[in-house]
Amino acid sequence: MYIIVVGGGRLGYYLSKGLLSEGHEVLVIEKDPVKVERIEEELGSICMQGDGCEGAVLEEAGSERAGLFVAVTDEDEDNLVSCQVAKHKFNVPRIIARISNPKNEALFKKLGIDVTVSATNLILEHIGQEVPTHPLIHLLELKEGKHEIVEVKISPDSPVVGKQLKELSLPPGSLLILIIKDRGITVPTQDTTLEAEDRVIAVTSADREQALRTELSGS
Amino acid sequence: MKVVIMGCGRVGAELAALLDSEGHQVTVLDIDSGSFRRLVPTFKGTALLGDGTDEDSQRKAGIEEADAFVAVTQGDNRNVMGAQIAKHIFNVPRVLCRIYDPLREQLYQSLGVEAISPTTIFAQILKGKLTKTGE
Repeated sequence: MYIIVVGGGRLGYYLSKGLLSEGHEVLVIEKDPVKVERIEEELGSICMQGDGCEGAVLEEAGSERAGLFVAVTDEDEDNLVSCQVAKHKFNVPRIIARISNPKNEALFKKLGIDVTVSATNLILEHIGQEVPTHPLIHLLELKEGKHEIVEVKISPDSPVVGKQLKELSLPPGSLLILIIKDRGITVPTQDTTLEAEDRVIAVTSADREQALRTELSGS
Repeated sequence: MKVVIMGCGRVGAELAALLDSEGHQVTVLDIDSGSFRRLVPTFKGTALLGDGTDEDSQRKAGIEEADAFVAVTQGDNRNVMGAQIAKHIFNVPRVLCRIYDPLREQLYQSLGVEAISPTTIFAQILKGKLTKTGE
């Protein structure tokens, strides 16, 4: 099958390598001449320099006869546009877009791009499986001291649901720095109220971590 | 009229000033707070830090009550993505979007986004001026 890959970064490179080894005809479209050169050196002349969102470039690439079109640049909006051009201008039968922002899955579907792959979602799902009921995730251990940054999910049955920050008794040396709610991220004040399903980013120390978890999750 | 402008560059800031001075309710959205310096000091609308290609940011900017959405960032693709969110997710009655690439302008016109290419328009103005002087 003739497959067009837009984006010659790491993902585009390994993807093309895999597709070639399966015997497909592959063309990579990449803006950056340095990346084009690297791909050509390692995989042969399968790369074209240009903007994969431009109709003229996709025409030159022979998009009309492509059986599959895959957009894997780092930018969601670029992937959306090149997929829309491939679909509506060149009628490529199968289209796949890479997305970074998981929310864009529903959006792309609504805009006609049915198949999206989100590395963010895949990894999140794996984390969910690996640590199914773990209410505390380590985000960052600070090298210099014993402090760490953790994320705690507020479960609906947690005793802190509906409480304001000033009503909590956090262990000394711990501080809630961000609260991630459905509607966005807030930097909390003493008057901020915790709700079920909130994700709290906190700084704490290794020896107070257990106390912090107990206070926020009740277990 | 309630208008959300995505992108506070020169055009975005100028449009915001024009609409604001006529009494319209304007919210300008930009991912770089530094770009709000372009807004005139008399601007009475809202300058909001946020990504116009993100549904939540648009919602925060009041897109659900907006009468119009204008996408004028430097990136064509960001503009069409923002415009399509406003049009197809939030059903904003009037959605305008700047696209420098004339080829993409045609495509998005056919996909229902009101796309305007300054490239085409400006080239026509220049040509008009030149041919007039030549007379």
